[in-house]
Amino acid sequence: MPSGQVYPSSEPARWKYLDRIRTRAGPFTVPELFNGETSAEAQEKMKVLVIGAGGLGCELLKNLALSGFKDIHVIDMDTIDISNLNRQFLFRQSDVGKFKAEVAAAFVEKRVKGVKITPHNCKIQDFDEDFYMQFQIVVCGLDSIEARRWINATLVNMVDDTVEDSYKPLIDGGTEGFKGQARVILPTITSCLECQLDMHAPRAAVPLCTLASIPRQPEHCIEWAHVIAWDKEKPFPQLDKDDPEHITWLYQKALLRAREFNISGITYSLTQGVVKNIIPAIAATNSVIAAACCNEALKIATSCAPYLGYPDNNYMMYSGNDSIYTYTFRHEKKDDCPVCGVSARELQVDPKWTLQELVDSFATRPEAQLKKPSIRAEGKTLYMQSPPSLEEQTRPNLEKTLAEELGLVDGQEIGVTDPAFATVSFKFKLKFT
Amino acid sequence: MLKIWSMKKEQQKAENSDGGGAGGGAAGGPKKKKVTAAQLRVQKDLSELSLGTTMRTEFPDPDNILSFILYIEPDEGMYKGGRFSFTFNITPNFPHEPPKVQCREKIYHPNIDLEGKVCLNILREDWKPVLNLNAVIVGLQFLFLEPNASDPLNKEAAEDLRSNREGFKRNVRSAMMGGSVRGEGFDRVAI
Repeated sequence: MPSGQVYPSSEPARWKYLDRIRTRAGPFTVPELFNGETSAEAQEKMKVLVIGAGGLGCELLKNLALSGFKDIHVIDMDTIDISNLNRQFLFRQSDVGKFKAEVAAAFVEKRVKGVKITPHNCKIQDFDEDFYMQFQIVVCGLDSIEARRWINATLVNMVDDTVEDSYKPLIDGGTEGFKGQARVILPTITSCLECQLDMHAPRAAVPLCTLASIPRQPEHCIEWAHVIAWDKEKPFPQLDKDDPEHITWLYQKALLRAREFNISGITYSLTQGVVKNIIPAIAATNSVIAAACCNEALKIATSCAPYLGYPDNNYMMYSGNDSIYTYTFRHEKKDDCPVCGVSARELQVDPKWTLQELVDSFATRPEAQLKKPSIRAEGKTLYMQSPPSLEEQTRPNLEKTLAEELGLVDGQEIGVTDPAFATVSFKFKLKFT
Repeated sequence: MLKIWSMKKEQQKAENSDGGGAGGGAAGGPKKKKVTAAQLRVQKDLSELSLGTTMRTEFPDPDNILSFILYIEPDEGMYKGGRFSFTFNITPNFPHEPPKVQCREKIYHPNIDLEGKVCLNILREDWKPVLNLNAVIVGLQFLFLEPNASDPLNKEAAEDLRSNREGFKRNVRSAMMGGSVRGEGFDRVAI
């Protein structure tokens, strides 16, 4: 079907119903926050960042564009695979191999006139804080915990108490099969992704000894081939889960193993699924979660209705596994959260100090009072009190000067732990005097 | 428009009134490399490690605390007199994911296979982010004090332990000396 022809290109009618929500106070609008005269204009001026242009990302981009956002950026490092096409509806067969962000942006731009979508075909880690600072709202449709933790830590770290614009609401959507969640994080104000890390169910694993001695299911045989037989025989130097030859090797091994234990049901695609930990994506779950996330963005942008966040509920879980169940609750912020529980405090230090002088100063300065501090900068272990071998290896650093010999710079962040504070760790930002 | 700013002020006011108090304004200027949550957590775990007299660590690169070797020298039990070493590799997903632990020697043990894989529940199916590196090293130490025949990774060794405890002990001794058991050669780990 040709796209872009369905609606006239200038179409105020398209926004008629949206405008009723954006411009008129209703029973749910918060009077102090809502201003019907300016809310539509304010929303259209906002820059929204969408992270991920996959299953959730396609839905998010379409929804945000149709909800009145006019300036959207999207980041995704991936290219389109044929297996995406069943649910990532902005892509066609001829797009296979092209960048997801680029194709998705072009599709939505063409279909919804007046919206500008800027694609970035790269990793989120390729950008620094200056890049993220330009957005007012960040919406995530990611499948990796690592990427979520990164963007969360970045947005929390960007908060500057003296700059109002440094607070970026983070709306995070996630799905796994029939289950999903939508949550809103107001960095440093509400519970962050790191606080909520235990909400992610760890990957269900089968005991190693079951795999080794009493497999009962075809999956056990495949995992056996994957974690035990592969290491033993090393048919290729490095397992590449996307290499059909490697998967075939595992499939054959699993098949033999299954025969030995009278287990049936091993197939090539099951092997691929188990090895890559593929949980079949459900298109409808993606649309439910993306719709919830988009609505939060619309409400945050226009104040047309209360949104997830402070001070009440901030987490909506959805389960379609067993009929339909949703539960919305408030996930509490953790005081000892390594990301948002401890904001990096400023620490006045003389760059000519030795590390020993810094260590000693921790015991006396009122903002620290740490008697046995272990200190690291990212990628550099400065001094560890324990374990003994690491203490010995880092002891020579104590004699070195902070700036010249240890290479620390003004504004650098250090992490400090002390056994006296079992649950918390501290972060300090060095301020050279 | 979102009033996140006033929320923060409100929250700070509440905190200040019960004595907490937020620190002063953060410095402006360019931001430097941040300490990541995974690294900070590992740092905390390491500084709380209680190794006792039977364990020690070795860091090939002290700047990389995500990768190290743990030596265990049991001072009692059937494996007394041996020195066993394990590589620890911690992923950036720690503590969501457990550390990857592998025995570096080829040893005769019902719960450790000939490639060094370890069958310890908290390293796989029962790992939780609230567990720490100390729990893991206590678990490893326990495997040498109480080898467990009901979770076999080395089936022959488990069978020996179950059917003939004294014979199993003898096999442990000769394997630790670098001898072979049922034609399978083992690394010398006796000190």
